[in-house]
Amino acid sequence: MVATENFVGRPILRKEDGDLLTGQARYVDNFTMPGMLWMSLVRPPYVHATIDSIDTSAAASMPGVVGVYTGADLGLGALPFVWPITEDIKVPVHYPLATDKIRFAGDAVAVVLAETRAQAEDAAEAVMVSASELPAVTDMRDAIKDETVIHDDLGTNIVVHWSHGGGGDQSVFDSASVIVEETYDAPRLIPNAIEPRGCLAYGVAAMDEWTLISATQIPHIAKVTLCGVVGIAESKFRVIAPDVGGGFGSKLDVYAEEALALALAKRSGRPVKWIEGRQENYVATIHGRGVSHDCTLAGDESGKILGLKFVELADMGAYFQLLTPGIPELGAWVYMGPYKPEAYWYEFKGIVTNATPTDAYRGAGRPEATYVLERLVDSYARKIGKDPAEVRRMNFHEPFDVATTSIMGLQVDSGNYEPLLDKALELAGYDQLRKEQQARRDRGDAKQLGIGLSSYIEMCGLAPSNILGALRYAAGGWDGATIECLPSGEVIVKTGTSPHGQGHETSWSQIVADGLGVDVDAVEVLHGDTMITPLGMDTYGSRSVSVGGAALHFAMEKIKEKARTIAAHELEVSEDDLEWADGSYRVQGAPDKARTIPDLAVSAWHAHDLPSGTEPHLNATAVYDPPNFTWPAGTHICVVEVDTETGATDIVKYVAVDDCGNVINPMIVQGQVHGGVAQGVAEALYEEAIYDDGGNLITSSMTQYLVPTAVEIPSMVTDNSQETPSTTNPLGVKGIGEAGTIAAPPAVVNAVVDAVSHLGVTNVGKPASPERVWRAIQDARGGAA
Amino acid sequence: MTNVSVNVNGLSREADVEPRTLLVYFLREHLGLTGTNVGCDTSTCGSCTVLLDGESVKSCTMLAAQVDGREVTTIEAMADGDTLHPIQDAFHRNHGLQCGYCTPGMIMAAASYLKENPTPTEEEVREALAGNLCRCTGYQNIVKSILDAAGSLSGVKV
Repeated sequence: MVATENFVGRPILRKEDGDLLTGQARYVDNFTMPGMLWMSLVRPPYVHATIDSIDTSAAASMPGVVGVYTGADLGLGALPFVWPITEDIKVPVHYPLATDKIRFAGDAVAVVLAETRAQAEDAAEAVMVSASELPAVTDMRDAIKDETVIHDDLGTNIVVHWSHGGGGDQSVFDSASVIVEETYDAPRLIPNAIEPRGCLAYGVAAMDEWTLISATQIPHIAKVTLCGVVGIAESKFRVIAPDVGGGFGSKLDVYAEEALALALAKRSGRPVKWIEGRQENYVATIHGRGVSHDCTLAGDESGKILGLKFVELADMGAYFQLLTPGIPELGAWVYMGPYKPEAYWYEFKGIVTNATPTDAYRGAGRPEATYVLERLVDSYARKIGKDPAEVRRMNFHEPFDVATTSIMGLQVDSGNYEPLLDKALELAGYDQLRKEQQARRDRGDAKQLGIGLSSYIEMCGLAPSNILGALRYAAGGWDGATIECLPSGEVIVKTGTSPHGQGHETSWSQIVADGLGVDVDAVEVLHGDTMITPLGMDTYGSRSVSVGGAALHFAMEKIKEKARTIAAHELEVSEDDLEWADGSYRVQGAPDKARTIPDLAVSAWHAHDLPSGTEPHLNATAVYDPPNFTWPAGTHICVVEVDTETGATDIVKYVAVDDCGNVINPMIVQGQVHGGVAQGVAEALYEEAIYDDGGNLITSSMTQYLVPTAVEIPSMVTDNSQETPSTTNPLGVKGIGEAGTIAAPPAVVNAVVDAVSHLGVTNVGKPASPERVWRAIQDARGGAA
Repeated sequence: MTNVSVNVNGLSREADVEPRTLLVYFLREHLGLTGTNVGCDTSTCGSCTVLLDGESVKSCTMLAAQVDGREVTTIEAMADGDTLHPIQDAFHRNHGLQCGYCTPGMIMAAASYLKENPTPTEEEVREALAGNLCRCTGYQNIVKSILDAAGSLSGVKV
């Protein structure tokens, strides 16, 4: 079917929904195989301890148990870590099973294989581990003292110091008339994809061919890295990401359990399945954030920001996972935000602790950076007695539509920041809100109004491979696309991105339908299987549309070039006489003489009369390496009511104005903003992984860790109408997956502080729980809290 | 082993299960009804919500043995052939799902709730969903879907 309408830019309903709505989804836990065994890990109740002995004999004789294995039994390679960000970084060695020391609560020391899940879990509890406890250091401010060194061979817990170095005239930090200094902490967060992790490994031993079905965001990266850990030929190894129930960075990793399931499938010759429990997830799957910043802003009395300085401490956890120390570095490039400081400084130290490894959590470095910058800007505005909206306005970088080098050293593709602020102020009814706020203050109401702003830029579209190389990242940032036009009229799209809720099947179909002049339903998008789509770098960092989507564009260019050659041959004209219009190649001046892509797919398939030198079949592959990142921007405004008697915060209005470049599907974009903002609100008001003095995670299940419900999350007003095209890619797209998570935390906490600033409160820690708010009010009043 | 006999989605199903078998694992592993998902160990997330004698329950909070002789409805029985149930259809039209993992539980919770309160307000829907967690949608389009379904369900038996 030929379509002449445009699909891009319209809220096309999702193709993905049918199976998900009717209980037919293919999450990894829904797969079962004949002869399948279950794997369970032995995670002893220690946080930091030297292993003295592991007795597996009782477990091995339990019903249904096929085998119990320690790290020494399996002899696997170390788990992958791919971002040694400095030459002198100290890298903790990380094996799938600990053999010498237990270094965090998720460290497993043995693994059980049994006929059923219950038998495997029962036997795992019967493995006797004798260990000598060591002091547990889960707070990085303790770990930095090096009184207890967690990796003896490294000699210190301070494993990396990365400095971006300074830019501009550093003397402003001494000479400026206004200096604002603040320390902001961001606690550890637990990602909480509602589907826990899990995997199923199987193969044909005689052929030495192995497959891993895994709840992962990164089947391609998992394939490249796991074959070395387990000892499988890359050419005989296939990774499948089936339907995946959310990731948020927590499945952007290669985990011990994936390596163990593969190794045990090889060893047993039977399929091996592992499904993570939620409490297991809380200790064994990566955490996010866990940073602290000392911040300095140098400015003048008029509101002009002259210099920004950030010195960060980042909690790495007990080991490096795939990217761990790279996360602060990902944020390093957005500390100037949408502003134009004359000078900056950024550096961070990474500290090993006895807590779960940290790694990418939605936003990955950029929420950390944006939070401290936007809190600092508000603090500055308060100090000089200016409206925070006006301080932002007077410091915005002027609009630009050609790539411009920022003071942080990377080229920003395009930006127009002030209209985003204006739109947000208008949608929020800002002036009226300020009047209402003043009236409540004048009346001394118990419930005070707070208005919080956050203006941000993002760095998305990971990433130009040459820049990744310069940053010492081990892989590239390209992505692949293959398009096949079938004689039936269907168009198969094989993408290297690996969606887990983002709706790529729908958005990619829209892009291809417009590009090739076919109906959106004629396009079938395949993804998440390294055998079907071998060329890929997967989904994270708001990269999918700006890299994988752009790859579609270049594959379509090749398709159309070949199609044009065939069309000219069939229509007996020169290629120059053809124009691409209304979804077909037609002879200029004779629009009746035309060939559509489906027409030409048939010609290319039967190949009865192809022009000389043209290969049969209308298909093409493109691998696209982006020349630059993409840089979305926006302003969010949060309005809260704070009960000054209890400290409780209620969000009464939330406005998100985001410029993500050209929008492919506004419904999906809006959904991404909703979800991102919800996670940002969660971070601002509710969520925090808390450890006790013994290093035990107190918030160890969903009953203690406050994942917000529909009651806590506000209804949001979103606007994506400003579409400043990216100059990086031909689609002009920038990315939207993380914007909400980046923008929301400072908007919300700024609103909370704003609500009580007239009482003398200048800072409330994150999450701004009722207790924290109440204590801040009491402290400001000088009362005994 | 305990013998349980349950009417599941209109069919009489019988199995010998370990006494400790939870309803959700009875559905998933004994009956192969994998549409009902498991998201936590603590009956917090609501992904496993099904209808028991027409009312929503978290199927990880009950033993299979407890539902002996009763009626269970799961997500697999909501659509009528290729025709989506009005709640499923509303989720589709309002982008009420992203990764889809919480979705069956949300739909079953909504089905039960809309029977109790066919014309809820937004606030009431939000309160009614307090036992079901979603990490993708920020709940906004889930709430919108359920309000939309409430409208189109008037007169339709859930």
